[in-house]
Amino acid sequence: MRLAWREALLAFRRAPVLSALSITTIAFSLFAFGLFGLVALNIRNALVQVEERVEVRAFIVDGTPAEVTSTALGDIAAFPEVLSAKMVSPEQALERARKELGEFSDVFDPGILPASIDVRMKNGHRDPATVKAVAERIRTYDFVDDVRFGEEWVEKLYRIRNLATLVGIVLGLTFASVAVIIIGSTIRMAVLARAREISVMRLVGATDGFIRSPFLIEGALKGLLGGLLALGLSALANSVISKFVFRADFFDAKFAVAGVLAGALIGLLGSAVSVGRHLRDV
Amino acid sequence: MIRFTHVTKVFPRTGTALSDVSLNINKGEFVFLTGPSGAGKSTILKLIFLEERPTNGEVKVGNISSATARGRDVPRLRRKLGVVFQDFRLLEDRTVEANVAFALEVTGAPQSVIGPKVSRLLTQVGLGAKATSLPRELSGGEQQRVAIARALANDPQVLIADEPTGNLDDRATRGVLQLLRDINNAGTAIIMATHDLELTKREGFRVLEVNRGQLVFDSAEPNGPAKAGI
Ligand SMILES: Nc1ncnc2c1ncn2[C@@H]1O[C@H](COP(=O)(O)OP(=O)(O)O)[C@@H](O)[C@H]1O
Ligand SMILES: [Mg+2]
Repeated sequence: MRLAWREALLAFRRAPVLSALSITTIAFSLFAFGLFGLVALNIRNALVQVEERVEVRAFIVDGTPAEVTSTALGDIAAFPEVLSAKMVSPEQALERARKELGEFSDVFDPGILPASIDVRMKNGHRDPATVKAVAERIRTYDFVDDVRFGEEWVEKLYRIRNLATLVGIVLGLTFASVAVIIIGSTIRMAVLARAREISVMRLVGATDGFIRSPFLIEGALKGLLGGLLALGLSALANSVISKFVFRADFFDAKFAVAGVLAGALIGLLGSAVSVGRHLRDV
Repeated sequence: MIRFTHVTKVFPRTGTALSDVSLNINKGEFVFLTGPSGAGKSTILKLIFLEERPTNGEVKVGNISSATARGRDVPRLRRKLGVVFQDFRLLEDRTVEANVAFALEVTGAPQSVIGPKVSRLLTQVGLGAKATSLPRELSGGEQQRVAIARALANDPQVLIADEPTGNLDDRATRGVLQLLRDINNAGTAIIMATHDLELTKREGFRVLEVNRGQLVFDSAEPNGPAKAGI
């Protein structure tokens, strides 16, 4: 093992440019994941706050008997997706509108606003599709005039989040495969440069695993360094955005560690594939 | 300990290198393998240390058979053998002692064992004073001694030498042969390939002669057919 580590570290000195290139591409790969991951994360966090306010509001036809609405209220509250349903009288609606609109409240005449049933969705059922489904179900009641919910902008936010996630994954995977290829060719050159040494190792009875281990360590170390670099870049990007644009959230520690380990894994993968292929030629 | 049973080796590009070779080598023997260049000597040695596998027939070394050996049996076998070549195959960027230590390191020997063992081996081959030299600072004979020390590092039962004196002058050749004799006296079997017939006659050891891929003479059975090994 000592020998394997020594050889792995020597490899960095033997090919400093290629090593730096390998580390950088892994870093870019993970940085792409990280950057778009941060966008997705922050949109998600924003959505959680928005979603908590997501309501379906069903306006009720004037003159609907109270028994009818209160039965319906019970039914709606019993929907599995629904957290609560409550009756809002025209007076309460006016009150709320006044509070929300402040100085313009005078434009409202009492009686201008219809009564409504305000429905709050359970956590986990606040995505556009579910909200819409519930709204449509409520719309089927005869006494319901119109149903409103924040469909458009919720959907838009969702779409941005999905796009950010997708872009992050595509860019990240592209860089990751470039990294695997670069690491692979670095390892190939290292294997060929050490062909004589490897043949002597074989001659004196070194196992394939032993011969392979310095190359694997080399790859994993590069990946680890790339991962740390990516984490640093992501943190930097995050703090710049937080300072100049808006206060953005950063990954939690578990996710950061997983990202760095993913770097090590990319490096390990690149070298494992290459070393397996090229040891056969030596 | 080493047994060839009807061994044939065909190379895809160059054709038949060995045909129907059977032989038997015992523990502690000293055997010369001789014959003209291209006869198949190196191929026989490569079959012994599993660098090549027979096309037909079986090569058995100790309890490892070419017919059943798997990838991980190869290093296991090589630790029981030592191999030296005409061109020494030393690592040029390492000192003499590092070259010898290398053979111990790759088999996972602890550092506390490696140090003393390397200096004992270098003393044994007469190079105690050159431990920190680089290979290029040594004569051919000295480099071959380093290679022999490395081959002995894992206490092999057999030392395989392919033309070990091929690059050496007379004096160095005699020195290396004396060293091999000493090693053999200590109990290690030696199989040495050489195209130098004179050299094999001088020593009085067993001689196997190959020609065009066939075993044509075995001094252990001078009258019988060369295929008597089975
Ligand atoms: N790896 C190889 N590939 C193809 N042909 C080979 C290979 N090794 C040896 N041969 C052929 O096998 C024959 C015997 O070679 P070798 O055993 O090296 O002879 P020797 O050691 O007696 O000089 C030669 O004709 C040589 O060309
Ligand atoms: Mg030869």
